[in-house]
Amino acid sequence: MKSQITLRPGLLRRLFRRPAAVFSFAVLAAIFLCALLLPQILHTDPHLTSPFPFRAPDAAHPFGTDLNGRDLLARTLQGAQISLLVGCTGALVSLVIGTVVGLVSGYAGRRIDSLLMRLVDVLYAVPRLILIILAGFLIDPWLQKMLATFQDGRWVGSSKIAILVLALGCIEWLTMARIVRGQVLSLKTLPFVQAAQALGQSNFKILFRHLLPNLSGVIVVYLTLTIPAVILDESFLSFLGLGVQAPQASWGTLLSDGAMALNPVLSHWWLLVFPAAAMSLTLLSLNFLGDALRDALAE
Amino acid sequence: MAGVLFCVLSLTFLLLRLAPGGPFARERKLPPAIEQQLLAKYHLDGSLWSQYTAYLNDVVHGDLRLSTKYRDRSVRDLLAQSLPLSALLGGAAFLLATSAGVWLGCVAAIRHGSFTDFCAMLLALALISIPTFITGPLLVLLFSLKLGWLPVGGWQSNFSLILPAITLAGPAIASVARLTRTSLLETLQSHFLRTARAKGLSETRVLYSHALKTALLPVVSYLGPLAANLLTGSIVVESIFNLPGTGSFFVNAILNRDVFLLGGVVLVYCVLLVGMNLLVDLAYSWLDPRIRLED
Repeated sequence: MKSQITLRPGLLRRLFRRPAAVFSFAVLAAIFLCALLLPQILHTDPHLTSPFPFRAPDAAHPFGTDLNGRDLLARTLQGAQISLLVGCTGALVSLVIGTVVGLVSGYAGRRIDSLLMRLVDVLYAVPRLILIILAGFLIDPWLQKMLATFQDGRWVGSSKIAILVLALGCIEWLTMARIVRGQVLSLKTLPFVQAAQALGQSNFKILFRHLLPNLSGVIVVYLTLTIPAVILDESFLSFLGLGVQAPQASWGTLLSDGAMALNPVLSHWWLLVFPAAAMSLTLLSLNFLGDALRDALAE
Repeated sequence: MAGVLFCVLSLTFLLLRLAPGGPFARERKLPPAIEQQLLAKYHLDGSLWSQYTAYLNDVVHGDLRLSTKYRDRSVRDLLAQSLPLSALLGGAAFLLATSAGVWLGCVAAIRHGSFTDFCAMLLALALISIPTFITGPLLVLLFSLKLGWLPVGGWQSNFSLILPAITLAGPAIASVARLTRTSLLETLQSHFLRTARAKGLSETRVLYSHALKTALLPVVSYLGPLAANLLTGSIVVESIFNLPGTGSFFVNAILNRDVFLLGGVVLVYCVLLVGMNLLVDLAYSWLDPRIRLED
């Protein structure tokens, strides 16, 4: 039963039997393609200012313009690039940390297990936003130093994004670790693990050769569910002014600008509605896909 | 409990002091003598270790020190001023999240597989996916600007808290609803409910006094993380609605490197969370007699 939760060949077929999964996958593919290709096709510049601030959507600016007369479509696309980049890489970082901690904790058992799980409990008890911000502070000076020496400091400008990715990845692994640990606990009692132990294979090999492939299903499901969580946290930070810094934009900063421009006299609704729609659609599709994947695996 | 508080407070203090930019770093540089005097006034001179131990000593004796940004106001004052609002907001959102969430989850589970179930779960997924800083402004756009029913922002009366509380509770309602639905579906298949039906209890009675009590256990254990989520959420919601609560101090304290104010806020948050988790543990063993806390 438990050992069935792996990536079996029929998984994709079972997944795409679900209309919701097909639909959300199509939406996601469209969003990714738009974020990557549209800026190249349209030749729009997200930083180009024009003398027309707060212009309602028209033919020249399909999404309207913002306070500085910048084209909101171009800004939303740039926001999509940064948000998706941070979401995917942050989730990958958390995947690595969570899987390793879960594997080690579940397999080693006893004191290492209870030590690691207490750590997870403590981190769960503290508001995540606080931890992410603190992790950002911790990484900041160290990363600045590293980037300054790497390729003549070419990447110093994007250090803020790298910090976000690392800080988010360092905090978001908790759920992944718990789930991987639970799976390992039930897997390690199965005969094939005992056989490997009896044959004298090293713990390292048992962990990564025998256990890890059996965990791939769970890991993929929770990766799909971690990406929206990371995007959400990134946008929270950017909304509060602690994340992506101007002139770069993520969905969070765009929405923060949009919320600021709301007033009873002149409603600049497009500043809020378009980034909100893009972001909600992405997060909804990712969550939908993750749920469908989980159901398909459990089938 | 004291261990968690100690760790978090130490981490906050050390990291904020190690971070680039001090509390008195301004665009215009202060003369060194004045800066030295300021640092001395706030006990931020000397080695990092001595600063840290002196601060911990003060906190243990109940002194949260002065804010470095809001000059001459003590952190205790600032917290006392802002906490009632945040507590009211958080409490309202907590009640709303648990009641609406359990209700939505029950409705979905009872009509499992129906259109109602589908709609309820779609709504829950949407509420989880759409962040509060989208729902908040949209609610303001609808209820305050278009319909004019509720105030836009700020805190004039407790009516101003209705929209923020709904916004804050949104994602939490969804999590509680999903949890309740899964757990109730599982419980509905258990044997003790068959016994209850067999002895002639009405379906309502079976559902509400037998099934729900068992089904709510996972929800109760989720209340701890729920409180944490609401705390984090309140930081954002207070900034959307311009509410003068503790959450706004949290963000400002980080931006201003206001180390003692941040320490105070973090301390309050952690006490709340640890207390909440303790309550959850107690409630758990009270709800389910099979679980007894280890001595």
